[in-house]
Amino acid sequence: MPERFLLRDMPRLALLTVLGLVVLMPYIWMVAASLKPLDEIFRASLSLLPERLHAVENYGKVFAKIPVWRYLWNGVVVCGGILFFQLLFAVPAGYALAKLRFPGSGIAFGAVMLGLLVPYHVPALPLYVGFSQLGLLNGYTALIAPATISVFAIFLFRQFFKSLPDDLIHAARMDGIGEAEIVWRIVLPNAWPAATAFAIFSVVAHWNDLFWPLIVVNGPNYATPALGVLYFRSDEAGDDFGALMAAAVLMTAPLVLAFLLAQRRFIEGIATTGLKG
Amino acid sequence: MSASLAFPARRRTTGEALAGWMLTAPAALAYALMLLLPTLATIALAFTDYELGADGLAWIGLDNFAELLRDRGFAIALRNTILYVALVAPLSVLGGLALALLIETGTRGRAFFRAVFFLPVVSLPVAMAAAWQYLLHPTIGPLNAALRGIGIEGPAWLSSSDTVLLSLAAIGVWENIGFNLVLFLAGLTAIPRELYAAAEVDGATSGWERFRLVTWPLLGPTTLFVVTITMTRAVRVFDSVAVLTQGGPNKASEVLLYAMYEEGFTYFRLGYSAAITLVFLAIVLALVWLQTKVLEKRVHYA
Repeated sequence: MPERFLLRDMPRLALLTVLGLVVLMPYIWMVAASLKPLDEIFRASLSLLPERLHAVENYGKVFAKIPVWRYLWNGVVVCGGILFFQLLFAVPAGYALAKLRFPGSGIAFGAVMLGLLVPYHVPALPLYVGFSQLGLLNGYTALIAPATISVFAIFLFRQFFKSLPDDLIHAARMDGIGEAEIVWRIVLPNAWPAATAFAIFSVVAHWNDLFWPLIVVNGPNYATPALGVLYFRSDEAGDDFGALMAAAVLMTAPLVLAFLLAQRRFIEGIATTGLKG
Repeated sequence: MSASLAFPARRRTTGEALAGWMLTAPAALAYALMLLLPTLATIALAFTDYELGADGLAWIGLDNFAELLRDRGFAIALRNTILYVALVAPLSVLGGLALALLIETGTRGRAFFRAVFFLPVVSLPVAMAAAWQYLLHPTIGPLNAALRGIGIEGPAWLSSSDTVLLSLAAIGVWENIGFNLVLFLAGLTAIPRELYAAAEVDGATSGWERFRLVTWPLLGPTTLFVVTITMTRAVRVFDSVAVLTQGGPNKASEVLLYAMYEEGFTYFRLGYSAAITLVFLAIVLALVWLQTKVLEKRVHYA
């Protein structure tokens, strides 16, 4: 019987496979070209496998021409810094809005809802002027600071903390634990599902962002992976598609590998988190 | 109830208020500095002639907006953005729905195919744009090589003004379809199985009838959400334009955010760039407003 079912399922699986291959096409050709010598690429043959393996040369050229590790490290510092401050600001605020009654909480929540409507491109011009006045352009501060406030995170944590039982918090207060300590010792450990989902959402968004780094960063010292690919493309690679594809593979790999290892969490983090926003 | 056990009600409230303020203060400060004030400043800038490096600035009222109306480049950017959204939103929403249904109707390979289609969502857009540049290259690109194989001379996808917006839209669909697929899958799994059985009893025997009578109406709120989120994502198109075309050839792929970027950070005309930003913000807000309007009226089912 299962075989008959499999047979009936074949058209569906075949269709999904074809469509999946179409979606994977850019990856397949990107990897294939990164392994080929230039003359093979220019022959525009439809063979995926290289006749002469040129991987060492292509990837070697990327490592020789651009500071690959520096770009990846910048990506880690920027994403890590942003996430750290986002959690530092949003977790206490989310807790206060969910569980504490204080004058002004209504206005604060209104401000959060209003903030959700504003794309991050809107405050970009004055922020640029401000960082430029302070001499902070082209540095980690300019890359990290504007993203430290995430109204989305505040909203997400508020929703999540609302469902935490009040008894848990009352019990802690009975023991004489202060509100700030309650946040980090009682509330946050219970907020891991929301925190991981948000962390993935945040890291993917900022690792992949081009707009803001393009505005504030100048030169390779503080370039993020996205900028790194852009610089390599305009300065070094030109028409050397083999090396360019190798650079693209290297900069895309970290997040894609993380995704393949933790698909379910990623999909929950990005899409299901988005559903609530 | 239990709070009154430990403290007199009065002290409890002041203590709670104090704690509330202290815990929201860091977020409030960051909100004011990084979001509220700069956003207000953008709105103010749009009514000035401020240029970076200039000594001062003058209040010029609506002159920037008057210039926008006369600016051929801006008109093209606006038109291209609308066209891009009009292509990307329906195709990636319907595509995402079709894929979700295709995956949902069987049990095999669900997680696998979901991951495959979701991959573009987590891939570095700049790097993938470079991959697309190679794939769509007029002479050495595999796509045109394949077309030559069947006797068709393919166009210069990204460097001809006839096809550039279509090519960018195709990349946009590719970027968004997996995201929509996942949202639709979540919506589909929330539909109670019994409803399908009930519909079948009532004579909805074909798959299409069941889709029309059960799936589609119950998917209403999900669909509305997916449509708005896809449109707001598509209005923000920037990366692929910045990497692949810089708005060219001859402004054929100029879009709002790229025009804003160019005016602000290439020509340093910040006042004018702020005016473009406000148009962009107005479009985003209009989409949200539209969503709430439709939500009030249309998606009530039962």
